[in-house]
Amino acid sequence: MSELLQFVFSGMTVGAVYALVALGFTIIFNASGVVNFAQGEFVMLGGMITVFAHASGLPLPLAALIAVAVTAAVGVALNRLAIEPARGAPVVSLIIITIGASIFIRGASQLVFDKQIHSFPAFSGDDPIHVLGATILTQSLWVIGGAIAIFVGLWLFFTKTLLGRAVLATSNNRLAAQLVGINTKFVMTLSFALSAAIGALGGVLVTPITLTSYDVGLALALKGFAAAMLGGMGNPKGAFVGGLLLGLLEALTAGYLSSQYKDAAAFIIILAVLFFMPQGLFGRKSTDRV
Amino acid sequence: MRISTKYWTLLFLAALIAVTPFFFPSGYYFRVGSLLFVNGLAVTGIVILTGYAGQISLGHAGFAGIGGYACALAPVHWGVPPALAVVLGAAVSGVLAYLVGRPILRLKGYYLGVASLGFGILVAMVLNNERALTRGPDGIEVPDLGLRGLLKDWGLNLTNGEFWYVVTGICLLIGAWIALNLHSSPTGRALRALHGSEVAAGTVGIDVARVKLQAFVISAIYASVAGSLLALQNKFITPDVAGFLHSVEMVTMAVLGGVSSVPGAILGAGVLTLLPQVLTVFAEYEQLILGLVMMLVMIFLPEGLVPSILRRLRGRDE
Amino acid sequence: MKKTLTTTVPAALVALGLATAAQAEIRIGASVSSTGPAAFLGDPEAKTLEMMVEDLNAKGGINGEQVELVLYDDGGDANKARTFATRLIEDDEVQAIVGGSTTGTTMAILSVAEDAEIPFVSLAGAIDIIQPVKTFTFKTPHTDRMACQKIFTDMQARGFTKVGLISGTDGFGASMQAQCKDVVGDYGIEIVADETYDPKDADMTAQLTKIKNADGVQAVLNPGFGQGPAIVTRNYRQLGIELPLYQSHGVASDSFIELAGKDAAEGVRLPGTALLVAGLLPESDPQKPVVTEYKAAYEAKYNQPVSTFGGYAHDGLALVVDAITRAGSAEPAAIRDALEATSGLVGTTGIYTMSPEDHLGLDLSAFRMLEVKDGGWTIVE
Repeated sequence: MSELLQFVFSGMTVGAVYALVALGFTIIFNASGVVNFAQGEFVMLGGMITVFAHASGLPLPLAALIAVAVTAAVGVALNRLAIEPARGAPVVSLIIITIGASIFIRGASQLVFDKQIHSFPAFSGDDPIHVLGATILTQSLWVIGGAIAIFVGLWLFFTKTLLGRAVLATSNNRLAAQLVGINTKFVMTLSFALSAAIGALGGVLVTPITLTSYDVGLALALKGFAAAMLGGMGNPKGAFVGGLLLGLLEALTAGYLSSQYKDAAAFIIILAVLFFMPQGLFGRKSTDRV
Repeated sequence: MRISTKYWTLLFLAALIAVTPFFFPSGYYFRVGSLLFVNGLAVTGIVILTGYAGQISLGHAGFAGIGGYACALAPVHWGVPPALAVVLGAAVSGVLAYLVGRPILRLKGYYLGVASLGFGILVAMVLNNERALTRGPDGIEVPDLGLRGLLKDWGLNLTNGEFWYVVTGICLLIGAWIALNLHSSPTGRALRALHGSEVAAGTVGIDVARVKLQAFVISAIYASVAGSLLALQNKFITPDVAGFLHSVEMVTMAVLGGVSSVPGAILGAGVLTLLPQVLTVFAEYEQLILGLVMMLVMIFLPEGLVPSILRRLRGRDE
Repeated sequence: MKKTLTTTVPAALVALGLATAAQAEIRIGASVSSTGPAAFLGDPEAKTLEMMVEDLNAKGGINGEQVELVLYDDGGDANKARTFATRLIEDDEVQAIVGGSTTGTTMAILSVAEDAEIPFVSLAGAIDIIQPVKTFTFKTPHTDRMACQKIFTDMQARGFTKVGLISGTDGFGASMQAQCKDVVGDYGIEIVADETYDPKDADMTAQLTKIKNADGVQAVLNPGFGQGPAIVTRNYRQLGIELPLYQSHGVASDSFIELAGKDAAEGVRLPGTALLVAGLLPESDPQKPVVTEYKAAYEAKYNQPVSTFGGYAHDGLALVVDAITRAGSAEPAAIRDALEATSGLVGTTGIYTMSPEDHLGLDLSAFRMLEVKDGGWTIVE
């Protein structure tokens, strides 16, 4: 029993990390229809900027705030300098742009920071909490709590606020959105800022657990992308559930079957889910317009 | 008109391959040339899948891995001659593409992307983990093709670099020829029809699922042969060849050059093969510049180098 | 990553009145993984090579001739490494190559170097690199097999017979895992749990819980490098596992203690080199001056702690420089012969004595069993 509980805790910790990355994908995707492969770099920037600001003597909360703000600015710059000018380009070109941006940001971080692995102290100390013979780190609770808070926030944003609906409207039909008076340019800027900020916040929360370095972004983006697709791209609920599910699948496979093939099990489940639900678990059904 | 364009393209490519070696200052350029041709071959397969049929794959390196490891394993374990191992790898890739393609090609856009990504990762994972067979992440030696020795006996003495330049150059020409022929064949027309609109293609009687599957299988065979050539040339292979980064590299090369045209994609392969070699002078700035080039090309030439430039040239003529 | 260091030292040369001799006669090539998944190894290696060549030229070069270092970053990709090896030999016309941060890249460079008959000193661990002996290939790090032997010797001395293994699935972890399983029987030790993790994993408590619950397990060994072992060490303490934990030489650096946390790292043992405990070595230790000098120079120049991997590069270049000096020639064949005749060369990793049968030239004595005590490394023996 305690063994199962430990596997679940492990899965929840990892799953919450994936969920945080996956949630970052949803806003940009909802606004522009683009999967931003540089999302992992936002997570990396969040962690790395906090590390270096903290090392230079700033208190941790302030360092984290700076990291989130700077990363949001990077997100806005990405939109203004690379995504907006390429509007109307085929989706596959937009993918290459975001991959190029990801390589660019990584290259810049390697120059600005360094190639070492870094971390900063957990928010509430390193002593684990014991539950029925299993243990979980307090930082894991921060990550899980952060993922829940962002998920609820996003869900409210998209369903209850005018701005959130404007984002969805822009994604559905940019021209029509403009016609009904939505400032689509502002919506795009806002989406990139929010996505980047969520990514950075994720980076701040997970770094005490996963550690960080200039090149952690790609692996995170890959898992976050898979989680978002499993849940259904664009839906915050899908990103949240998809992330947790992916983490749990990996931990349970590692625990009961084989740690070597835990990632394989996760991807096989994704393939199976997509086979029966081609839009993911909570994806919107779409039909081709002819 | 179309036929002549096709042969002009091939003739130009052949001339380029044949003439440039006379300007090579050292043997190292043959190595870069043959890498370019191998990448060009893999990318030609992407043109068929993405350019003709409009399907995205983020897992094609998995097929390159199968082709590569076929050349490493088949000669040692089953006594298959290396040249035949290339065919064996291509056959395995083709069959696997058929089996995998049937379910996943029902998916669209990013969902197809993540499904193919999953496939590629599974292949890479098997190559990494099945140490007893593949020797794991550190890689495995690949037997010599034996053809260079044979040529030597016949009096044709080529260095290793020159030999592989010729072999991969010929393979690229054959690959390009097949792809260009496919473009003007009924299958090619069906593919392009469904690229425009799958629903419309279906209503005019095209078996959409079957045609997509054909494109997927053919492009998998291209990737497999490219992987085999790389393994044989390097006489060594690691699971990196099947990795996600290699898959992305293939798509990037094709899109950068122009995924709708064979010469465009080959040019893209050329740019991304040469760029890292040129950028070594920028030392730590290499990654930065590489990312910047990718973004700039896509922003200003969104259809890729060749189609966008051609369009501009034509626009100026008119 | 090409750098021509001869252009960065003219000031020193002018001061010495040697500016006219700035044309480098000796060209040494290097392809290391400064970026990519093995940057942890390649970055300190590249920095070490640059620093040493600069220093060497400031001191007048080898036998009065300036040295040019041609350095490339292969990103840990074997295919790129092969291209750069070809470029170093055919285009840059180097007389010797130092590099190959990982076993995969080393194997790629090795086949080019052997074909072209250029001496090559590898910085990677696997035993396959030098066994069977290849004419032109040498290496500086201990083999992972030796690391396993060192660890199992220590376990045997402490009376452990049942151990758990948790390994990274990267090249380093997988290769050491295989070597350890191969030699473990010689020490009367049985592996009762064998788990792995992906180098980018965030949590290993699932694997560690399985090991913890394995029947009769007395100690745990973690072959791996990068952040994985630091996370394993933290999770180990999180789960309250009281068994002794052994890490590999892959994390032999001060930053491991920092990343794992002082409390979690307390009591961890690993086989390390003299470099890590430079300050603790007795004055009589022949390695003391070498490791002290390298550590001081590196940390002053780059403001980062030295790592075992930078030390491998230090020794690799030192071997080549020593060989050229003794040979009195920079002909590849002469360098090779001199490398094979290396005798008693003191490096940071150990004292090298090569022979036609042994292209590594180290024995187990150069490994020291280290233990973390009060947040710092101590020597166990």
